[in-house]
Amino acid sequence: MISCAEATRQLWEYLDGAVDATARDAIDEHLARCRRCCGELEFAHELRRFLASSARNGIPDDVLQRLNHTLEELGLWVAT
Amino acid sequence: MGLVQVVLGGTVTASRAGDGESFRTLAREQLPRLYSVARRLIGEDAEDAVQDCLLKAFQRFGQLQDPAAGPAWLMSILVNCCRDRGRANARRPEEIDFEEVEQFSLYRKLAYEDPLPYSDSLHLDFLSEFGPEDVRAVLLRLPSRYRIPLVLVYMDGYLAKEVAGMLDLPLGTVLAQLHRGRKLFEKQLWDYATSLGLLRGAPT
Repeated sequence: MISCAEATRQLWEYLDGAVDATARDAIDEHLARCRRCCGELEFAHELRRFLASSARNGIPDDVLQRLNHTLEELGLWVAT
Repeated sequence: MGLVQVVLGGTVTASRAGDGESFRTLAREQLPRLYSVARRLIGEDAEDAVQDCLLKAFQRFGQLQDPAAGPAWLMSILVNCCRDRGRANARRPEEIDFEEVEQFSLYRKLAYEDPLPYSDSLHLDFLSEFGPEDVRAVLLRLPSRYRIPLVLVYMDGYLAKEVAGMLDLPLGTVLAQLHRGRKLFEKQLWDYATSLGLLRGAPT
């Protein structure tokens, strides 16, 4: 069986589906027997969710105005 | 200033009036998204990066064959503008001990240090200490070559393969940057928490 270090090193790749079949089977086998690494796996899931949920979208009005102004200028130049 | 550069550059391809109008329509729709992503990628310089992106994209608009690909095409230009600005502003790259970072596990560190002694869901409670602004600050501590793939994949939902295409890098390189980026993020999140005095017994 692969070591904990080897299993946890590849956990995110494992979650991304970016490991090959051999590595995936080795990690599955490890996770089936190692409680500590199951905790690591769960935490890797949480961290991914945490990052995704930390993305805030939006643009302040003044920035939007300035950028729109840039666009207007480009358009005016083209039209003349 | 940017407009002058466009005129003097002599490489304007969106020179037909109709093209200019469809470019503006596309760009106007995408501005909020472009700006939001740029904020994550380079922080305070986001507005300048979007300006760079608009000027570059306008010059190259004639190269866009499929209008449906417009939003992805703009995003790709933005990401490269952010990368270029990141490079220009980078101080001497900090020495990162990747040997140490590779060994670091935030999960184990939390279990060992137990910084929230009354918590019965320590790991989740640790994460809930951070708001979006904290996450942004932590990400900005990472060198941009690790931050950019991390943000695009885990916050904006792009595939590693798509990021490789945007940055014109081999997929293997992007995967390696992602791996290191995640590890660095865990380490920096911990260091940030420590510096905020989140740790038991730490000075506040």
